[in-house]
Amino acid sequence: MKLLTLNFLTCAIKTCKSTPASFPLHPRDAELEIAETDLNLAFLKSILARLLWPELRTICSEFGLPTLPESRPEPADLVDPDSSEGEEESPSQTARDLHRVLLETCMREGKLVCGNCGHEYAVKEGVANFLLPAHLV
Amino acid sequence: MSRPEDLLPPDLFYNDSESRKYTTSSRIQKIQSDMTHRALSLLNLTHPSMILDVGCGSGLSGEILSQSEEEGTPAGPHVWIGFDISSSMLGVALEKEVEGDLFLADAGQGVPFRAGTFDAAISISAIQWLCNAESSDESPAGRLSRFFNGLYASLRRGGRAVCQFYPKNDEQKKMVSQAAVKAGFGAGLLEDDPGTKNAKTYLVLTVGGGELDGDITGVVKGMDGVDVMDHRRRTKDRKRGEDRKGSKAWIVRKKEQMEKKGKVVKATSKYTGRKRRIAF
Ligand SMILES: C[S@@+](CC[C@H](N)C(=O)[O-])C[C@H]1O[C@@H](n2cnc3c(N)ncnc32)[C@H](O)[C@@H]1O
Ligand SMILES: [Zn+2]
Repeated sequence: MKLLTLNFLTCAIKTCKSTPASFPLHPRDAELEIAETDLNLAFLKSILARLLWPELRTICSEFGLPTLPESRPEPADLVDPDSSEGEEESPSQTARDLHRVLLETCMREGKLVCGNCGHEYAVKEGVANFLLPAHLV
Repeated sequence: MSRPEDLLPPDLFYNDSESRKYTTSSRIQKIQSDMTHRALSLLNLTHPSMILDVGCGSGLSGEILSQSEEEGTPAGPHVWIGFDISSSMLGVALEKEVEGDLFLADAGQGVPFRAGTFDAAISISAIQWLCNAESSDESPAGRLSRFFNGLYASLRRGGRAVCQFYPKNDEQKKMVSQAAVKAGFGAGLLEDDPGTKNAKTYLVLTVGGGELDGDITGVVKGMDGVDVMDHRRRTKDRKRGEDRKGSKAWIVRKKEQMEKKGKVVKATSKYTGRKRRIAF
């Protein structure tokens, strides 16, 4: 599961959804892996504004990853200033770093824990189990 | 031919062998791929998007979402997240190393993503399953409403969803589309090859606030066989007692399900010994 996904995933329990403590879910006993994929600059640009940046920083530090800059980059920061005019834009180092963190860094095993209700979602082979027992739906 | 939905709950129907058979059938691959492309043309995406695939199965649609514009996917490649109730289907998707993130989850329990996460959502041949409640403390109406409410919230303003599904009959078609309208969607039904055995029903949903402002008419206007759902007309036309009639049907269905319970139990013990790729 990509770190990108963790910036959008919430606890599935109805009473948690409205409380801020249910987001982001906190990794426990996590095993990470890198899965390389092509960088998609147009996608990065469009998702940038939708990220919750402080929460992304929190998750990175909980995983023990290098600290992200305090403030979110601007869309213009994602484009290599040296890309020559007329040519297709090429990604900046910032874009490459962001791509690495969001789309290539994946949680493979472990648990995701809700900060509000304490419910634990198991993650195996990168797949999280979000099936709820009937009494929690 | 009997509908799989009437035989077993989805996670038992799509067991290891059925999931493999389903995914490797070239006939099924072709049909699911055609429907995915149809859904993509209705979504009308203009940039690489964040897409939810509901009932993603083994990722037949997802593989298309991950393809580039040159490979035939409009505005692709997209980034997608899929969820499915069958761990066997997800196991096959893992084996194929699909690009999207996968979740084991039940659409009838909601959509666990924060508000405005997705640009679009797609669901191919899955949501008719929501009309079969699996246990006594759930009703199809409750499951449909949890799903559509969750889906609505998880989409961005101006976002769209396209759900191709196989309604059992007109009543079910109505039940599904009305649940979507009730959740706040602008909704239109599009039917390809109506009246034939290849008939395909697409529920096209819009979230207000964007350029479309919830107006489905613009999306489906001019397409043949499109039935635009009008929220106001629908509520006015709803007669008293219709709910009761519905609940009678609901009881009948429940009774049928009780009868089938025996089958489910037998089938469960038959499959329990089998190895699944992701065992939670
Ligand atoms: C006919 S398959 C379609 C799979 C995939 N969308 C495709 O086009 O190949 C139907 C899928 O819906 C899934 N499904 C049924 N009920 C579901 C539910 N309540 N929540 C999530 N997935 C469900 C099944 O497990 C199955 O994988
Ligand atoms: Zn919770």
